[in-house]
Parts: sequence; C-alpha cells; structure tokens
Amino acid sequence: MLTMTSPVPPGGQLVDHPALPGGYAEPDWSKPLPSREGDRVIQFREALREAISEEMRRDERVFLLGEEVAEYNGAYKVSQGMLDEFGPKRIIDSPISENGFAGLGAAAAMYGLRPIIEFMSWSFSLVAADQIMNNVPKMLYMSGGQWGCPIVFRGNDGAGGQLGSTHSWTVEGLYANVPGVKIAIPSCPYDAKGLLKTAILDPDPVFFLESERMLGDKAHVPEEEYYIPFGQAARLREGDACTLVSFGRPVNFCLEAADALAGEGIDVDVLDMRTIRPLDMNSVIESIKRTNRVVVVDQCWPFGSVASEVVTQIIERGFDWLDHPPVRVNTEDVPTPYAKQLEAAYLPSTERIIAAVRGAVG
Amino acid sequence: MTDVKTKPAKGARLSDALTDDTLLQWLRSMQLIREFETRTMQAYQQAKIGGFCHIYSGQEACAVGTIGSVNHDDPVITAYRDHGHALARGMSAKACMAEMFGKQAGCAKGKGGSMHMFDRPNHLYGGHGIVGAQTPLGAGLAFGARYAWEVLGVGEKKVSLCYLGDGALDQGALHEAQNLASLFGLPVIYVVENNGYSMGTAIGRHTANHERLTSRAAGYGIKGIEIDGFDVLNVYDEFKPLVDECRDLQRPGFVDLKTYRYQGHSMSDPQKYRTKDEVEQWKERDSIAALLSYVMSERGAIDEDGWKSMQQEIKEEVLEAVDFAENAEAPDPATELYSDVLIKPMEGMSPSGAYLHGERNPLI
Repeated sequence: MLTMTSPVPPGGQLVDHPALPGGYAEPDWSKPLPSREGDRVIQFREALREAISEEMRRDERVFLLGEEVAEYNGAYKVSQGMLDEFGPKRIIDSPISENGFAGLGAAAAMYGLRPIIEFMSWSFSLVAADQIMNNVPKMLYMSGGQWGCPIVFRGNDGAGGQLGSTHSWTVEGLYANVPGVKIAIPSCPYDAKGLLKTAILDPDPVFFLESERMLGDKAHVPEEEYYIPFGQAARLREGDACTLVSFGRPVNFCLEAADALAGEGIDVDVLDMRTIRPLDMNSVIESIKRTNRVVVVDQCWPFGSVASEVVTQIIERGFDWLDHPPVRVNTEDVPTPYAKQLEAAYLPSTERIIAAVRGAVG
Repeated sequence: MTDVKTKPAKGARLSDALTDDTLLQWLRSMQLIREFETRTMQAYQQAKIGGFCHIYSGQEACAVGTIGSVNHDDPVITAYRDHGHALARGMSAKACMAEMFGKQAGCAKGKGGSMHMFDRPNHLYGGHGIVGAQTPLGAGLAFGARYAWEVLGVGEKKVSLCYLGDGALDQGALHEAQNLASLFGLPVIYVVENNGYSMGTAIGRHTANHERLTSRAAGYGIKGIEIDGFDVLNVYDEFKPLVDECRDLQRPGFVDLKTYRYQGHSMSDPQKYRTKDEVEQWKERDSIAALLSYVMSERGAIDEDGWKSMQQEIKEEVLEAVDFAENAEAPDPATELYSDVLIKPMEGMSPSGAYLHGERNPLI
C-alpha cells in the first residue's frame, strides 16, 4: 500500500486518520471565498476542468479515468487538453465497462491513490451499482475502520434533452439512500469549481453530479484556488414570502421563478443546497422561521426522493413554524419520455415552481 | 515465510529448493486452518457464530501454496470463503475468530463477520461477500501498485492475488476485470479455487466449456495455467513461475486451481447434490497428509513426535482463540454503531444520528 503524505494546499493542514496513511488535506477554511462577481467568464465544463487540473498538478496520486476522457478529449469536453498536459498514465481512456472500472477505481483508492472516475452519464452508473453502492460506501465500515475509499465519481445527471427513459436518470434520490457517501450537486460554474476541488480533497467517497444541460453555462469563475465547504447552502435570493429549496440544475429555474414572482410582489428566499449529503437543514429551518412557507424543487421522482427527505426533516424540526403544508415540485412520476412536449411537461419548470409558490402563499 | 536454500538443480522441482523451515511453516499453516475450521463449525453449531459462514477445509494447499509464492507486501483480496487466506496471510486466529463471534477485538471490530476478513498489516484487502465483486477490485489493487512505482516512483513491482471460486466464473464482473487487466497491463493473478461447485451446482452445469477454463483467459490475452491444488509443493512449483512472470512483465495471469471442499457451500448446506463417497475419495488425497508424508519421509524434517506436538500446539492455539473470542467485549452500540462510516464525519450527513470516530481497529 502507498503511504505517501498528502500534499496540502497553501494555508491548509494535514489531518491524520488510521485508515489513510499519509493523511488527508484540509484547505484553509478561514480564508474568505472570492467574489462571485467578475469578468472572467468561462463555461461550467471549463470550471470543472480547472478544478481537476489544479488538484492534479498538486497531487500526483490524482488521476482521471473514464470513457473518452483522453484521446477524444472528453465526451462532453470536460477533460479537453488534459491528456496533453498530464499524459496517458494519468488521463486514462477506459472501455465501456462501468462495473469494471468503478471497482478498479475503488481498489486504487484503497491502495492509496486519489481516483476521479468519470461516468459519461450517471445513467450508466447503474451497471456499476454493486461497486458504487455495495463496495465503495461500505469499505470503511466492513473493514472495521482499516480502509477508506477516497474517490470521486462524477458525470452528467438528469435529463440531457430528449434522451429517453434509460439515459435520463437523476440518481440523487437512489444514491442518497446509502450511508457512507457524500453527494455534491452544483448549479453554476462558480460552485462547480469550488465544490469539485473540495470533493477531490475529501477523504470519503464523493458522488459529484453535473448536468449535460449546464456544461455550456457561462459565468464568472475566479482564477484563484478556492474550496466551497460541503454542507453549506447558498442563499441566492432573499425574501419573506416563501422559501424555495433546491439543488443542481433546477436551482436556475427557482431563480427565474423568484425574479418573476418579485414582479408580483412575492419575494422568496432561494436556497441552493449545493450538497445533498451533508444536507444543510439548519439554513432551511432558519429561512422557514421567517417565511413560514416552503416549496422544495427536486428533479428526482417524488416517491422516496431527496425532496421527501427535506420535507420530512422540515416537519420534524420546523413544523410549528409552518403556515402552509410543505409543497414539493418533482419530476412527474413516470419514465422519462422522448417527445419534446412530453419531456417539458415531465421536468420541474419555472412555471410549475411559480404555480407552487403562488399556491403556498395564496 | 518462504525461504529458498539454493537454486534448484537442473531437472529438479522448484520446491526442492525450499528450506525445511519453510515447509514446516506451511504444514503448520495448513493444519492451523484445518483445526480453526473444525472449531468454527462447532462454534457455529452452538450459535456463537451467526450469518453466513463458509468453511475452507480441504482447500488449504491453495491458500498456503499461492500466498507462499508471493511477497508479504503483495496485495491479496478474496471472496467470502476467506478464513484460510486470512490465516495464511498471518492474521492471528484470535482476531479471525473474534470477528466471527462479533466482537470488538475482531479484525473488523465485529462489523464484518465471516465473509469480511480484512487485515491491513498483512496486506489482505478483504473478504468480499458478493460473488465476483472482488475481481474488479483485484484489478484496482494491481493498478494502484503499478501506478505507485511507474508514476510516483514509489516502491517496486508487485503482483496482486485475487481469489475467486468457480461460481464467480459466471459473473460479468470477472470478464470486465480481465479485459481491463489485460488492456492496462495490470499485474493481478486471478486464482480460481475451482472446487467443482457453485454452491450446489456442479461446474458442468454452471459454466460453459468448463474443462478448458484457461481458454477464457487466453481470449483476453492472459496467460492461464491449470494447477492441481491438492499438492502444495505442486502449487508452488507451478504458481511461482507465473508470479515471477507477471511481476516482471507487469501482466495479469489466470489459474484454474483444482481443489475440493470437504464441507458444504456454507454451514446451512445439506449437500444433497453430492455423495459421501465422492467426498471420501477426495479426502484420500488430503493435502495435509501429503505434505506431512513428504517432510517426514523425504526431508526427515519432522518425526511422529514432532508432528504430534505441532498438532497439540495448534489445537491449543485455536482453543485459546475460541476462548478469547468468547470472552472478548461485544462492540458498544453507543460508540461503534455510528463509527467508521466516514473518515471525515460532518454535520448534516444523517437524519438519524451523528457519525463518530470509533475505537482504533485492533490490527492497525
């Protein structure tokens, strides 16, 4: 096994753990995050690439493996140019063999490396379910604390646009049910970079959920290195009428809804959870104490979804503050359809969110 | 454990060069596994061990001969019939037995059980419960070891051993793992402990072309050999050159290691699918008796009295392990139920409780 000391970003510190010889790095959490405002406008996919490249430059144990990541320059161009910089020993093309390479990554992590495994789509992770649900999250526990699994699995989650039933999975409801993993789900390029860098340093397995529909989104992303802590929601709009809770791509619909509702005199709080595990329920409860109303927007199916969990915890911890039953906006409870009109009706949308908020405040 | 005297003479067996001490060590290790499993069955029948429990008796020459052919820091991973590999790798009988008794002093602090023997200081990356699930992991250990010297410049060339039963031949995971191992040049040897049965289904009924299993490895460009797993010296003679080759060339290997289990698939198996005569026939070739006869008659390394005292010593060691397991503390749910879930617990991870750092594992 490898016992190489973990490289630490400037100002950070090394933390020991018996299951990880060489320890793990904690960034300097006291350093304030850089401004979200600025003119360094890049795409979501470039923000992801920056995060991976920065960590790979510091830590030679980090490698990227997945379908088409190297010579093809990434099926979605996230890893464009990385083969040239890091070479074929660290940017590794894999055959279409998710169960095989997910398990390969898991044991490479046990051995002492820091793998980043790319699923072209999280839909394809289902054939690797035994490795990512049975082995990865349980390794530390079933070895009685002898072996951790510091690995990042990342890729596109959610409906990509008329891809039909099997290619449009939103896996967060399914995987959030399993203890032993952390799940991050950014909604914008700024968070994509900061959360992915945190995921790579984290000593536990992290499932990192991106969206094909957001990879081309452009926004300011600071050039400097920064880490966004897990378990801290971002309050993106402020208002007293209702709380909107979401994560991942639908956060953008919530912002559109909030702007439209503001025109009607309805000001809402918008909370971008940013990570599902850990889940920042403290921020949700704090907000509900002011708004007394909540709508949870989630692109999973409704039954046993992340939204169900958020609503349950709201009832458990904030029931007395509610003036209206919690409302959830999920995808419709059917397989993902192909036709444009059907898919649009299936997904959470700005219109459905606006209607839900009106219903809650009405 | 393996100690070679000199280079073998031309035409001689590779194992001729093994020292008497090494052979006695192997004999001891095989007898320890046999005795350990006998007491395991007793404890299971007394309901002191729960869950699924798979007995290794009969297969001892497989674990001892193959593990005796690699270095101590070569990674090893196996399936759920894992007590033999754990003991052959050097886990104490106490830690192994205490794990099955579900005690804090067990190798996984009582969180794993019979199917999950992990031993970090002895480079054993687990017993794994789902058939075939360990085969991609075996490729990953080899990947890690190769990356370490090739990219990081740390350590030397290693070979990983990944054990599986013949039942796992039918799992897709193995085929994906072999393809990756060959494609990426991963030094992992897939050791099929072919005991002829996938649970209760005989090999001819569960896998195609079962008489030529190595042809499957050949299909992936992997060198495959058949080995009689009932003779530990033969296992070494045939397996060690493959280990050397895979280490040197950083290539995968495949072994159809023919063996037999004396007990049922698990403790709950009534064994209706085979006859008592069949079992007895195999027992006549018993691997421990064969090795004993060799070290006694050919080597003169042990006599009847020496063997008796070795058996007695082992018996006491195992009884002590049972006693230890019985009297050891059960894990305390207040500290252990929610520990070892995460290396870095955080607020908000679970609605039902806060994850903790539990007591340090007794092996590390």
